[in-house]
Amino acid sequence: MAIQPIKISNVRVIDPSRKLDAEGAILMMDGRIIAAGPDAVSSAEPDGCLSIDGKGAVACPGLVDMQVRVGEPGAEHLETLATASQAAAAGGVTSLGVFPDTDPVIDDAALVDFLMRRARDTAVVHIHPIAALTKGLHGEEMAEIGLLKEAGAVAFSNGRLPVAKASIFRHALTYARDFGALVIHHPEDPDLRGGGVMHEGETATRYGLPGIPVEAELIMLDRDIRLAGLTGGRYHAAQISCAQSVETVRRAKAAGVDMTVGVSVNHLSLNEIDIGMWRSFLKMSPPLRTEDDREALIEGVRDGTIDVIVSDHDPQNVERKRHPFAEAHDGAVGLETLLPAALRLVHNGHISLMDLIAKLSTVPASILGLKAGTLKPGVPADVILFDPDEPWVLDRHALLSRSKNTPFEDARFSGRLQATFVDGKLIAERHDDGALVLA
Amino acid sequence: MSLSAVDDTEDPSAPRFGHRHLLGIEGLQPWDIEALLDLSEKAIEISRQVEKKRSTLRGRTQINLFFEASTRTQSSFELAGKRLGADVMNMAVASSSVKKGETLVDTAATLNAMRPDIIVVRHHAAGAVHLLARKVSCSVVNAGDGAHEHPTQALLDALTIRRHKGRLRGLVVAICGDILHSRVARSNLLLLNAMGAQVRLCGPSTLIPAAIDRLGCEVFTDMRKALDGADVVMMLRLQRERMHASFIPSTREYFRYYGLDAEKLTYAKPDALVMHPGPMNRGVEIDPEVAESAQSVINEQVEMGVAVRMAVLDALAHHLPGSNADATRPAS
Repeated sequence: MAIQPIKISNVRVIDPSRKLDAEGAILMMDGRIIAAGPDAVSSAEPDGCLSIDGKGAVACPGLVDMQVRVGEPGAEHLETLATASQAAAAGGVTSLGVFPDTDPVIDDAALVDFLMRRARDTAVVHIHPIAALTKGLHGEEMAEIGLLKEAGAVAFSNGRLPVAKASIFRHALTYARDFGALVIHHPEDPDLRGGGVMHEGETATRYGLPGIPVEAELIMLDRDIRLAGLTGGRYHAAQISCAQSVETVRRAKAAGVDMTVGVSVNHLSLNEIDIGMWRSFLKMSPPLRTEDDREALIEGVRDGTIDVIVSDHDPQNVERKRHPFAEAHDGAVGLETLLPAALRLVHNGHISLMDLIAKLSTVPASILGLKAGTLKPGVPADVILFDPDEPWVLDRHALLSRSKNTPFEDARFSGRLQATFVDGKLIAERHDDGALVLA
Repeated sequence: MSLSAVDDTEDPSAPRFGHRHLLGIEGLQPWDIEALLDLSEKAIEISRQVEKKRSTLRGRTQINLFFEASTRTQSSFELAGKRLGADVMNMAVASSSVKKGETLVDTAATLNAMRPDIIVVRHHAAGAVHLLARKVSCSVVNAGDGAHEHPTQALLDALTIRRHKGRLRGLVVAICGDILHSRVARSNLLLLNAMGAQVRLCGPSTLIPAAIDRLGCEVFTDMRKALDGADVVMMLRLQRERMHASFIPSTREYFRYYGLDAEKLTYAKPDALVMHPGPMNRGVEIDPEVAESAQSVINEQVEMGVAVRMAVLDALAHHLPGSNADATRPAS
């Protein structure tokens, strides 16, 4: 079945891959970008073209979120590929890197194949499996990196279970290098973390909760960076949470280590004080840290030390969250709040809209090697429209994600998604009454 | 306030306890603490009479919900409730529904449906009592939540001190031992600071929580310096399992540096009080002879415990729907 051509007029086109930020239009046909920018304005509309008035909205490449957890397989009551993809569509995220810490763990080529087929049949956005770095995530034996990559894995990660043994991690980085495979690691020393549940410091002491020192992150990050230097493997620190980590990465990059690093939008938006009276929706790993740390992370985003911003989407239901803080599960959903929460960085004057979209789309696409994050003619037409200023308040019950554990409950945002296109098709559209409707 | 709703002769203009729950010392004002201590004095008188029964809580149901085993605190709350006329039910949850997978919130909902008036809760996780309090419609008393707070312990310690020293303001109180895992230390720190005492904490640095000095205290690792000129020496129980996580090398070494013995006690004022929340590890954190010396008020603390819990239950009873006070006075 032919895909209806679409022309979006009257938009501000931002395409970081071409350093383009100009009034213009976008023409899509057969699922691909034909033209995007000022030159598309005069493009003739093909027969049967759907003409959309962008009303001055921003049009940019769909977001690429390289750190997403989905309950499928094994915990479909928390989230499925279908529900996660709907949440993504509502949040303007058109490509997801999904983590392997499911049940079973994605450590076999057949499971990668399963995920991709399930995604093809049920998901409305692009799903890219990130496979297990070690078998069963046990951190003892390397997974079949070659076969997994051939099956479609875009990267390798041990989920939230860091590979504690330096020798295993070294071998994994070295071996992965031969396949050009990216290794994504959660830098946290599990032993030093121990039973910690929040940032170690005055607040944890007041609450009587065991703390997680920043050194748990620093020691592992430092180890990883040295092993990346030693092996020449492609290393990506999944997310960092504190000021000293920003400094560590800054120095490593200056010294020529080939690495990239992410940060979750939660850590750019919230700090440990926001946890308030034991709000377990704000329990996450790494933990929210101090306001000084949050500001240092923003500076890291601004000066380019931090490459990508992720949602760290991690659906958990009330059964896992409605416990005393120390006993509640880590994790927060984020696909639907990634863009509006990240836009605060623009509204607060920290970074330009162009740079923000680069870190939410162009750069993660390039790190994962995806044909996404750009509006160049010929690429798959993954496009979003959003009004960067529209004010709204988040109602967590309105989230499309099957789990509603957002740390942004009742948050006030400026900037709201208007429409999402995947492969040249309109999959989500906000109607005039404010309701978002999925195609 | 009064300990009997029947022969209520108090001054109706007196300030009343303005809280529905007692979840921690945090949130109490100095006048709240003062009022509870004053009320406790009356409870001591009642407890020392032959006729110990009052009717403040007559017809009321008090559930003692203990997720962690406790003999002392649970029996103290039970006795306090019974002396005020409540029907008291003890529930040891550690051995029942939790093992069947029931969550704290489920338990709260189940108990709430039984229409209790007061629930006294102890739980091994910090914040658990706050969580439970949000899910029930009755008054909740924190009998210890993780390493967070144990407010009635701090109140009974304050009462003990006040009865001996006549005041709290200006006193130097040294709290020694495993501060890191101690809810008693946190509640005492908050209460003593609120009442103008000067708090010193002492223990090996492995057992001192991060940034505790930001909560308003001086931290010592040398016990003699911590005790120097102290009016009160409060010892904490050392959990023996702490040794396995290598917080300390041995109880022998711990006693040498942090156990309260007669020699170390000489650094405190001659009339310094020796306190311990119990149960004691004799020969680990305290020398048996010191524990039984004339300066020791450890057994008296137990008596004060019942009195303070009577006072707390009585103060909260004024907020229960249908109480005399509730009917005759506007909520403040």
